Amino acid sequence: MSELLSIEGLKVRLPRHADRGYAVHDLTLRLDENEILCVVGESGSGKSVMASSILGLLPPEVKVEAGRIGFEGTDLLRLPPHALRSIRGAGIGMIFQDPMTALNPLHRVGNQIAETFRVHTKLSSQEIQAKVLELLEQMQLPDPAAAARAYPHELSGGQRQRAMIAMALALEPRILIADEPTTALDVTTQAQILALIRDLQRRNRMGVLFITHDFGVVAEIGTRIAVMRHGVLVEEGPAATVLTAPQQTYTRELIAAVPSLQPPERKQLAPVGQAALSIVKVNKTYRARGREVAALKDVTLALPRGSTLGIVGESGSGKSTLARCIVRLLTTDTGAIEVDGADITQMTRHEWRSHARRVQMVFQDPYASLNPRRKVGELVAQGPLMYGAKTSEVMPRVRELFGLVGLDPAAIDRYPHEFSGGQRQRIGLARALALDPDILVADEPVSALDVSVQAQVLALLAKLKEQLGLSMVFITHDLRVAAQICDRVAIMQRGEVVEEGEASDVLVSPKHPYSQALLAAVPGRNWQTSGY
Amino acid sequence: MSLLKSLCRSPSAIIGGVLLILVLLMAALAGWLYPNDPLALAGRPLQAPFSNPRFLFGTDSVGRDIIAQLFYGARTSLLVGITATAVAIVIGVLVGSIAGFYGGWVDTALMRVTEAFQTVPNFILLLMLVVIFGSKIATLVVVIGIVSWTAPARLTRAEFLTLRNREFVQACRVIGMPDWRIIFREILPNALPPVIVYASVVMAFSILLESALAFLGLSDPNVASWGNLIADGRRVLRSSWHVATLPGIAILLTVLSISLIGQGLNDAMNPRLRRK
Repeated sequence: MSELLSIEGLKVRLPRHADRGYAVHDLTLRLDENEILCVVGESGSGKSVMASSILGLLPPEVKVEAGRIGFEGTDLLRLPPHALRSIRGAGIGMIFQDPMTALNPLHRVGNQIAETFRVHTKLSSQEIQAKVLELLEQMQLPDPAAAARAYPHELSGGQRQRAMIAMALALEPRILIADEPTTALDVTTQAQILALIRDLQRRNRMGVLFITHDFGVVAEIGTRIAVMRHGVLVEEGPAATVLTAPQQTYTRELIAAVPSLQPPERKQLAPVGQAALSIVKVNKTYRARGREVAALKDVTLALPRGSTLGIVGESGSGKSTLARCIVRLLTTDTGAIEVDGADITQMTRHEWRSHARRVQMVFQDPYASLNPRRKVGELVAQGPLMYGAKTSEVMPRVRELFGLVGLDPAAIDRYPHEFSGGQRQRIGLARALALDPDILVADEPVSALDVSVQAQVLALLAKLKEQLGLSMVFITHDLRVAAQICDRVAIMQRGEVVEEGEASDVLVSPKHPYSQALLAAVPGRNWQTSGY
Repeated sequence: MSLLKSLCRSPSAIIGGVLLILVLLMAALAGWLYPNDPLALAGRPLQAPFSNPRFLFGTDSVGRDIIAQLFYGARTSLLVGITATAVAIVIGVLVGSIAGFYGGWVDTALMRVTEAFQTVPNFILLLMLVVIFGSKIATLVVVIGIVSWTAPARLTRAEFLTLRNREFVQACRVIGMPDWRIIFREILPNALPPVIVYASVVMAFSILLESALAFLGLSDPNVASWGNLIADGRRVLRSSWHVATLPGIAILLTVLSISLIGQGLNDAMNPRLRRK
């Protein structure tokens, strides 16, 4: 197999005040023809910086210090800007994580793809038109002509990513660099895009450099795998070898942290008389400018005391709306949400305030969910203080809670920006627990975290639930996470619960066609994480 | 602390700071250097600067000491600048935060009121209010504040619109925090930095508004002010240019100092927007 791209001794220096000196340190890697090389790593591993340095797309304060990137006999690092421009697109194509920000919102999609031809070729405008349509057809868009006429916001996320791939592949480059191209997409769309990339790669015998944090995706698509950590290459080898018999401890830890799709054995919960939370025929419709979107349609669910109910669905399924209705951040149109038999949708503001502490929430975004101007100890103490507790009583409790969620109790005087994402999620959890709730609503609490941190936070949630006798509603889009933490699972699609039952039933032998499709789309589902 | 440090690194903030300290010193030392009433007749009218050691900058058309009026005028300008800005910012922040936080019809109603104020040129509105309420200095600062609150209100509202949906605000709601505490204790501190930067613009503008009123003879005649001095000097501009020019320079330098500090604050608070 012939070599397409060779990276030798690449060293990329970070600006002075960064947390480490080099984003990429002494990296040597090659990409061959007709293969998909997956570069895997957690956030801060330098994988994206490495990808950006190939096409000279690094931010101005990040500098390549040493090394060589060989492509067709030249060193890309030493090419003048205009020469590099002619290689971008024509020799090496690139796609990014967020197709919305990579497309210009003011131009039609077809026009933006045609731009590539106008810049790099001397084709007539009719020929370009035909080429664009042909490309969009190859991307398996349902109606290529309509997609070409559409503006980016008129397409769905998956369609936009297809348009981006069309743009990147327009000039039939030898290499495609894909930087987390499916991370922002729903799981079923992700499966389609992955299949498309693999398909196109095989047809054109391209070399694909695929950057990802997700081992499931790697198992799905990779022919060779490179694992990076702190800017250093940890391990590299054929996919089958690295996935089933990793040599390095770090790779082994990473793979072990990937939650299995197989729900673990659980002790049967004795059926309890009254559910901690029951949702009865809840409806919620969003209205804006004459358009109506039914976010929740006749949702009926029950959360048995002491158990975890997973609510799983793709974006737009209504799962987050449901979570926000349970904590009364949103009001329902009709239906009842009963906590211990009392319907919270009928409560007055005053009644709700005395009730609020029994249902608490953990949020998704570890950066946006903590007020940056308050000390973390204050954030946790806020709840109890508001319900009339004295500072002298609350502060020892806050320290105790910090210990409980695995943080240093001495850290209560620091500000949120001094903590990592995982630590912040722990602070958010401590805040929710400070009011001694009966029910915890967790809205995608681990989806913004790296896989190893995710595993720790999940374990913590499970431990605390057990220890404090909590009942939990767990919102997630990730079936692997759901399998690990939930006793029961409800699958939602377009505002409706299509299937609900024991996790070991729903996630192993789903009945509803949509649940089956969802499960089939989970990347790397055939790769048994426990078996290496 | 780090804000002060980055302020000290900005050259415009340093120049502005030095100038403003000079003006503050003038205001502070006025009573000690010139114990007599600055509006009292002191000598022969229209003496040229540096011609008489008793009146360093000469005298105006009725024989009052110009330098004493400049020193006392610094007090007036600073008083007007600070108080009127405080009035404008308080009204603006209140209106903007309530409109931005609640949205819906509350927002619509408050924004219509804001627009009503904005459609009238604010100097015309100011003249009208002065005619109605009189021109005592205490009334003046309130009135100047009332015509300047709209821009801070819009700025605060825009900040609130982006902040109110953040998860940390939702987290406060989930623990049952009352709205007023969410607005003033949780969101407002995050929304303030651009408003504080803008306050410097309001302050510079208030000083100019007071001077403009004085120029038209509508400011408080019983207070030494730069604007009053300019109004007096206007009549003798061709024969004794210094009477109007000296207070003019004082206004220029004060407004410049405040603008420079505002610019420095902006750089310090929005480091990402700073140009290289």
